Amino acid sequence: MYVEEVALNIKVARKRFSPLPYLLLLPTVVFVALFTAWPVLLSIYQSLFRQRMNIARFREPVFIGLGNYFELFSDPYFRQVVLNTVKYILGTVPLSIALGLLFALLVNRRIRGEGLFRLAFFHPMVLPMVSAATIWMFFFTPGYGLFNTALRTLGYTGPENWTGNPSLALVAVMIVAIWKNSGYYMIFYLAGMQNLPADVYEAAALDGANGWQILWKITLPLLRRTTVFITTIAVIDAFRTVDHIFVLTRGGPSRASTVLLFELWLERFEYQDIGVSAAITVIFIVVLLAFTVTNFLISERREA
Amino acid sequence: MGARSPWRYLLHWLTNLLTAALALLWSVPVLWALVASFRPASEAMRIGDVWFGSHITFENYLRAWSLAPFGRYYVNTIVVVLTILAVQLVTIVLAGFALANYQFFGKRWIFFFILLQMMIPTTALLAPNFATIRWMGLFDTRLAIAMPYFGSAFGTFLMRQAFLAVPRDLVDAGVMDGCSWWQLIWHVYLPPSIPSLVAFGLSSATWHWNEFLWPLVITNSDQSRPLTAGLVRFTQLGEIGAQWSLLSAATLMVAAPLFVAFLFFQRRFIQSFLHSGLK
Repeated sequence: MYVEEVALNIKVARKRFSPLPYLLLLPTVVFVALFTAWPVLLSIYQSLFRQRMNIARFREPVFIGLGNYFELFSDPYFRQVVLNTVKYILGTVPLSIALGLLFALLVNRRIRGEGLFRLAFFHPMVLPMVSAATIWMFFFTPGYGLFNTALRTLGYTGPENWTGNPSLALVAVMIVAIWKNSGYYMIFYLAGMQNLPADVYEAAALDGANGWQILWKITLPLLRRTTVFITTIAVIDAFRTVDHIFVLTRGGPSRASTVLLFELWLERFEYQDIGVSAAITVIFIVVLLAFTVTNFLISERREA
Repeated sequence: MGARSPWRYLLHWLTNLLTAALALLWSVPVLWALVASFRPASEAMRIGDVWFGSHITFENYLRAWSLAPFGRYYVNTIVVVLTILAVQLVTIVLAGFALANYQFFGKRWIFFFILLQMMIPTTALLAPNFATIRWMGLFDTRLAIAMPYFGSAFGTFLMRQAFLAVPRDLVDAGVMDGCSWWQLIWHVYLPPSIPSLVAFGLSSATWHWNEFLWPLVITNSDQSRPLTAGLVRFTQLGEIGAQWSLLSAATLMVAAPLFVAFLFFQRRFIQSFLHSGLK
């Protein structure tokens, strides 16, 4: 009787209005409002004005509607930047995920020194991207640099100035990103492989399936959810990491390795163009949200 | 079956060989930088002469340390990382507790609002956040580097999940014993949630130790500049040029503390990375 009464009291207490939960959430809500919601609104607003801080007569904001957006999309430079971003994502994401899977398959066997191999593949992940890029700047050195030395041994005779050559600069930053991220994706595959059902593999072995068939018909389909998850974080990472570009190419030569976020930095902090940089911020947010939502819808439908 | 086993054996060893070759390939950049950092700076590299020089030396580390205020950068990075961590631990525990323990009006909308931060990476908002920090008068301070991360949608989400896993009976028993809300957090919710908290803490520390772009734009002097921004500045100093021994030493110095911590606590780090796919 007493217990029931107390239980009832608890339920009633939980129903009665109390400011406590709101107060507990206040700090988080304030910081999210200040550094996520407000900047989005501010960018949308500022993107409708022409304002350039380094040109005296453009310093005061002037309303120009969607002028900044029209200007951007008719600018061949910006279209180049968008193309570079697409190339960067298509060039890094599938390859680093495939390598992550390969590493996981290689390490997840009965093999001596497994821990050491895992470390070899994973360690780039722990380095700051700027450190990784500095190391690669050294690695890419024309002449005695080990990267070019190895390529020459394999018969490569092309240009060796990877970070300074307009047709190679983007490839160079992509190589560094692939090197750094593959091991990260490996650990997700390794974790996924721990949960694979052993009985399915026993059945497959009894049916005389070979390793190749097992990989394509059983392992990969069972790891599909892992792959979807890794793809999401890989694409977002490709959008928001430009640290290596600062170290290796600074977006050059002549913007050959400039991607969206780097362009945003250039417009805001080099050219002091508030309006255009706000417009790029908005475009950037729309692309990210579109990607997240599509991704969410696709995975929801597959689950259903 | 018997006829196939030698082939299987061969295949097994070929795969091992491939694994070893790839692992070596992946390690060469860092190993080469490590070797180069102990090579006397006076001995320039040439084709065919790229490993240790005539003797092993620590002079590169000492020179790098004297050419730029790396000590200051270290202090700045550590202060920023610890500040973010300390504030985050408080905000995410409180918010996670509110979302897991109470029913209240507008809960779903508040949760959704917080999750917005997971969909729009803070990095993308550097231009407007720069304006906000300037307006607050915090430009070029360590607080400015840390502040945008004080609330964490991901941490809130993680703590909410951890707290929801705490059996309701345990909570009700606590309430019956007369626990106040903070005693409830401290004695009932937190103890079983420590692994989640550690996982979040490790990934937060890693992320902010390595962060570059935001600290770059929001700092302007060595008083507040962290290691990553300091390193990039160092590599672009005119007098450094292509002195790879020196640059390698500086680079490894910046990465070392976290790297060593990782070597010692590999399993925990990897768990935390797995936990926090979105960092």
